Amino acid sequence: MANGIKDKVAILGMGCSRFGERWDASPEDLMLEAYSEAMQDAGITPDQLGAAWFSTHMDDVGTGRGGTPMSIALRLPNIGVTRVENFCAGGSEAIRAAVYAVAAGACDIALAVGVEKLKDTGYGGLPVATVGTYIPQWYPNAVAPANFAQVAAAYRYKHRVDPKTLKRAIAHVSVKSHENGAKNPKAHLQKTITEEQCLRAPTIAAPLGLFDCCGVSDGAAAVIVTTPDIARGMGKRNLVTFKALQIACSNGWELQGNGWDGSYFHTTRIAAKRAYAEAGIDRPREQISMTEVHDCFSITELVTMEDLFLSDEGNAVRDVLEGEFDASGRVPCQIDGGLKCFGHPVGASGIRMLYEIYLQLNGRAGARQLGDPSLGLIHNLGGQPSQNVCSVSIIGREGV
Amino acid sequence: MIGITAFGGYIPRLRLSREAVAQANAWYAPQFASQKGERAFANWDEDSVTMAVAAARDCMGPSEDRSHVRCLLLATNTPPFAERLNSAIVAGALTLDDTVEAADLGGTQRVALAAVTQAIARSNTYRGDVLVLAADRRRTRAASTQELEYGDGAAALLIGRNNVLAELIGSATLSVDFVDHFRATGSEIDYQWEERWVRDEGISKLVPRVVAGALKEAGVTADKVDHFIFPTSFSRMDAQVAKACGVRGDAIAPSMMERIGDCGAAHGLLMLAHVLERAQPGQIIVLAQFGSGAQAVVLRATPLITGFKPARGVSSWLSRGKEDRNYTRFLSFGGQLQLERGMRGEQDRKTALSTAWRNRTALLGLVAGKCRVTGSVHYPPSRLSYDPGAPLQDTQEPYKLADRPASILSWSAEYLSYHPSPPHHYGQIDFEGGGRILMDFTDLDVGEVDSGTAMEMVFRIKDVDTLRGYTRYFWKATPARDASGAIYNIG
Repeated sequence: MANGIKDKVAILGMGCSRFGERWDASPEDLMLEAYSEAMQDAGITPDQLGAAWFSTHMDDVGTGRGGTPMSIALRLPNIGVTRVENFCAGGSEAIRAAVYAVAAGACDIALAVGVEKLKDTGYGGLPVATVGTYIPQWYPNAVAPANFAQVAAAYRYKHRVDPKTLKRAIAHVSVKSHENGAKNPKAHLQKTITEEQCLRAPTIAAPLGLFDCCGVSDGAAAVIVTTPDIARGMGKRNLVTFKALQIACSNGWELQGNGWDGSYFHTTRIAAKRAYAEAGIDRPREQISMTEVHDCFSITELVTMEDLFLSDEGNAVRDVLEGEFDASGRVPCQIDGGLKCFGHPVGASGIRMLYEIYLQLNGRAGARQLGDPSLGLIHNLGGQPSQNVCSVSIIGREGV
Repeated sequence: MIGITAFGGYIPRLRLSREAVAQANAWYAPQFASQKGERAFANWDEDSVTMAVAAARDCMGPSEDRSHVRCLLLATNTPPFAERLNSAIVAGALTLDDTVEAADLGGTQRVALAAVTQAIARSNTYRGDVLVLAADRRRTRAASTQELEYGDGAAALLIGRNNVLAELIGSATLSVDFVDHFRATGSEIDYQWEERWVRDEGISKLVPRVVAGALKEAGVTADKVDHFIFPTSFSRMDAQVAKACGVRGDAIAPSMMERIGDCGAAHGLLMLAHVLERAQPGQIIVLAQFGSGAQAVVLRATPLITGFKPARGVSSWLSRGKEDRNYTRFLSFGGQLQLERGMRGEQDRKTALSTAWRNRTALLGLVAGKCRVTGSVHYPPSRLSYDPGAPLQDTQEPYKLADRPASILSWSAEYLSYHPSPPHHYGQIDFEGGGRILMDFTDLDVGEVDSGTAMEMVFRIKDVDTLRGYTRYFWKATPARDASGAIYNIG
């Protein structure tokens, strides 16, 4: 019987490019930026890599398909490079593959890199993706802001939240992330904003305004994993190990059935429960030191606090407004600025979230360093509220 | 007895203010300054096919079994497709039986009457009913007379032997090449000859002949006509024709031109459907139309006439209109004004025709799959059910959603994507009795809907593939409105 991933794999090194409108950089440049930092952090040479996974979502404007774009960009020593794609959760998918490969003993050291080059489309926002031949014939020509705005409508209806109160709460989410992002030199958006600015911003998809939407960024992130024994053998101390890696994927129930009320993320609740069980966590609000969640839109972050069981159902509005998830709050969320400000290069985001918690656990987060975190949770969502892929991962100090 | 067994109509919600058009064009065409009233115009996602579907649904109501319809005749001079049977699209949307004989008719303003008389003839050979639909969405040039006079709309009649509401007792036709206007194949805009000649040499001479012929066949004298229907946008032309025919002035049916414009091939049947709403048993109705000749039919209402009500009826469609003073919207929807679409408007809308065929009942008919074991409803239908825990295989049976009450679970209105009528509204629609679809909304204004709003299904244009000239259709949700246009049931 499976007994989970807890403490079987450690992080050997990590890297992350500067995120943003990287007019100066190709996807290959971005990958190299993240990979070089990770290799230096790990203190290894390319010939020590056993296998690699490569996450990128938009092959049409990014790197192209397959594993070769990464293998060529990084001049890898002809190891296996497998491209994974799982919407915005692809980065976590690449991590999971590398971690499982090491845990299985298939290789000693594995690499996962995520990259996205979004700013070569000629317009703002995410590029339009192809979705097969059937869906376009019935499904709306949906865009991410309006997909996620659906949650705001349903949440407000279910919990009878006053529209202005909800708008203020999601504004608080963004104000908080901007405050955090302002302390992050790699972040795409490094300026603070006010609640007033949020409330007055132009509407993108009702009720979401411009500041309720995350940045659309170029960037790359990389992680190198190995077993704790190998890491120690290489002289590494204060290891950060994986406690849980869970992914839950919608099967159509939310989209087609009538049981889901649209106000929450069904898959997040499933993945969170599984992750807590895998990590041996029974009191998440006390045990989790910090979270990096998939705040593609402010409403997503707010609802996710409930879906991760960090707020009671229907209470996230109050908890957010009371600052429970601010840098000084009970469980700080997006201490690096999150997708909102660090940015959202789709295929890299899951690895970027891991990067921040890894830095925090190592006490290397600079101006935004939290007190003494021991366990961090990563929530990485791909797709849209009614059909998605949700990854919940937990990492922490070895032995915690 | 053969005759009309059901009737209905459809008029788009948008009504362009003629005054607003005249004001916008005053610098160029000051002769229109005194224009009053409104003209109906199709939303960007409506055409002759979608309006015909709407009229047919108004006529037939939310019937589960439509296998009694054995033939469908679609009369239109603005078919979206020159090849691809437009009436077959309509038949699919109405979930008519595959064995229905569907045909497109066109070529003259009186084509709907030709369809009626053909339907009568076919009723002699068919066991079932013939559905006659007429629809037009005509293009006009900016600052033209036609821009102000034309309207968009559709009408429907069911012709058969059972429960006849109005019996056909006489008809007459003249087919001659009197060219009052024409439009060459491939052209979009009609070319018109002088109105005075059309009035004096055309209408005044041809129409009384067919009216007289039809009345003679019916064995009815002109003074006994209770409702005289002659659609024309020419001022007082209907009264002149009635007088020439010997028909009483008080029998002249209201043309609705002032409120909706001249809906082309549909207008005669639209007026008839309007008249039938208030016709009394025994009354004589004459419908005459002009175009490459003339045609007339004589009908006598039966005692059943007072017992039938269309789903909404022309009166209700008339009163549900919403005045629009936005001339550029009208121009844009009619393809007369090219608005900047932005890069997001460049997306290829190619339709995989093989996929469309494989899923035709789901796409055209909005037919879901209902699990016969659990009762759960699946859209789109699938071989495996979504039922949590233990998906069941091959248990779904066809289940129509188009006429079921529905409401909004969640929604948004976005300004990001290219949309011909922003903001683009869409959301999760839940159907009473099961079923859920994330779908586009249409015919609504910002701030009109919320979670809980009651919605109805309408068959509309989903996307237009401008690269290849293909239009694909699907269903959209629209707020359920009363006859005044007000939305009800906000929960």
